[in-house]
Amino acid sequence: MMRTVFDSQLALLDAQMLVMASSMEEAVVGAVEVLESRDKERARAIMEGDDEIDHQEREIEALCLKLLLTQQPVAGDLRRVSAALKMVGDMERIADQAADVAEIVLTLEGDDFDPKLHKHLAKMGRYAANMVHDAAEAFVKRDGERAAQVVGEDANVNEMFDRVKRDIIKGIQAESDPAANLVEALMVAKYLERVGDHAQNIAEWVEYSITGRYKGELLG
Amino acid sequence: MIDVDLSALQEEAGEASAVPSKTKIAVKNLDLYYGEFHALHNINMDMPENKITAYIGPSGCGKSTLLRTLNRMNDLVEGCRIEGEVVIDGENVYARGTDVNRLRKRVGMVFQKPNPFPMTVYDNIAFGPRTHGVKDKAKLDEIVETALRKAAIFDEVKDTLKKSALALSGGQQQRLCIARALAVEPEVLLMDEATSALDPISTGRIEELATELKKDYTVVMVTHNMQQAARVSDMCAFFLLGDLVEFDETQVLFSHPKEKRTEDYITGRFG
Repeated sequence: MMRTVFDSQLALLDAQMLVMASSMEEAVVGAVEVLESRDKERARAIMEGDDEIDHQEREIEALCLKLLLTQQPVAGDLRRVSAALKMVGDMERIADQAADVAEIVLTLEGDDFDPKLHKHLAKMGRYAANMVHDAAEAFVKRDGERAAQVVGEDANVNEMFDRVKRDIIKGIQAESDPAANLVEALMVAKYLERVGDHAQNIAEWVEYSITGRYKGELLG
Repeated sequence: MIDVDLSALQEEAGEASAVPSKTKIAVKNLDLYYGEFHALHNINMDMPENKITAYIGPSGCGKSTLLRTLNRMNDLVEGCRIEGEVVIDGENVYARGTDVNRLRKRVGMVFQKPNPFPMTVYDNIAFGPRTHGVKDKAKLDEIVETALRKAAIFDEVKDTLKKSALALSGGQQQRLCIARALAVEPEVLLMDEATSALDPISTGRIEELATELKKDYTVVMVTHNMQQAARVSDMCAFFLLGDLVEFDETQVLFSHPKEKRTEDYITGRFG
C-alpha cells in the first residue's frame, strides 16, 4: 500500500524546511559578518530579508496543519510534522535576532570595537552560526548524533557570552570604545546568546523527530 | 492567583496519571488451529481491568479470532482447536468443567452488525435475565431501564419499549444490543467491529459509551478504524498473520512503536 499524496506532501514539508533553514543560516552568518565588516548596505538587506523568512514560517505552519487535518499522521510521520511545527518557531526567532544584530550594525559609531572585544564577539558569532548550520543539517540529514552534538555546543556560546560581558565592563572602565557602542555590543552578545539557545531547541526537536525522545525522555 | 482545578479537568479529560490496574484477562501461550491452519501463534497478553483494549491489524490477522476465544465463541466453529489458556480473574476459561453459559454471562459480546431479536425493545433486554431465571416484573423493569440507561439509549426508546426493536435506526439497534449485553451484568464487554456499519454520529455515540462503560467493565474491541483505536483505547495490540506483533499503551504504540511492522501498518505504508 502506498500513500502517494501524503508522501509527496511530506517531501514538500522537508523541502520547505530546508529552504527556511538555509535562509535562517544565511541571515545569521551575514549578521556575524557585517558585525565585522560594518557593511551597512548588506546589514539593510539582512533586515529586509526577515519578512521573507516570516512568510516561509507561515507557509510551513499552514502545510503542517493541513497534514494533521487531512492525513492524521501517526508514529514517525506525526513526529516529523509536530517537530517541524515546533522548529519553525525557533528558526523564525533566530532570523529575527540576526535582523536585530544587523540593525545595531547600522547604528554603531566608528569602524570597529576594541580589538579584544571584537575578537570575542566574532568568535561568539561563529559559534552561534555553526550551531545553526549544524542543527539545520542534522534535520535535513536526519542525523540524531549530529543533533545531540549541537545541544552540547551551546555551552561554548554561553562561555563566550561571559567573556564578552567582562570585555564590555573593562571597556566601560577604560573608556576604550564610545559608551553607546558598548551598550550595543552587549545587546549583540545577548542576541547571539539567544541564537545559540534557539539552535539548541531546534536540535532537541530534531532528536525527537528521529528517536521519539525529547531531552532524553519519551514524549507522547 | 487564578483558581483552576487542573487535576479535576485532567481526570475529566482522561489525562490523569495512570493508576496501574490489575489484569482482568490474561492470554497465555495461546495457539489456535482451524483444522490444519495455524491461525494464532503463541499469543501472550495481559489485558487490564476497567480499560479499553483495542485489537488492530489487517483482515485475516487473527484479531477477531482471538476476541472470540475470550468467551469461547470459537467452540461453535467446527475443526477449531485451542492450546494454551485464557485466564479471567485467575480462572482458566478452557479448564475442564467450565460452565460456558456462565462464562458468556460474564463476558458479553456485541457484533459488527446490530442483531436485535425480532421482538419488542423491552423483551430484547429482558431476554437474558429471563433466561437466567429472573421472573419478577418489577425487577425486570428495573433491569431493562438500568441497561438502557447505561447504553445511553433510554431517553430515545422509553416511550416505545413495547414496539419492535427492528424499527430502530442502525445506531440505536447497536446501542440496544449493548444494553442487551449489559442486562445480564457482565464483567467484560467484547466489541467486534461494533461501529463499522454505523454512520459517524452513531459511531461517536458508541465510542463515548465505551469510554463511559469502562468505569464498570473491561472492554476489548476489534476495529479496522485506526483513528478509533487511537481515540478510544487505553491499550492497543497489533496483529499480523496470526502473530501478536506489538502490545502497548495506545499512546506509545501510535507515537513511537517499537516494531517496524507496526509503524508500517499504522502509517499506512504496509504491504
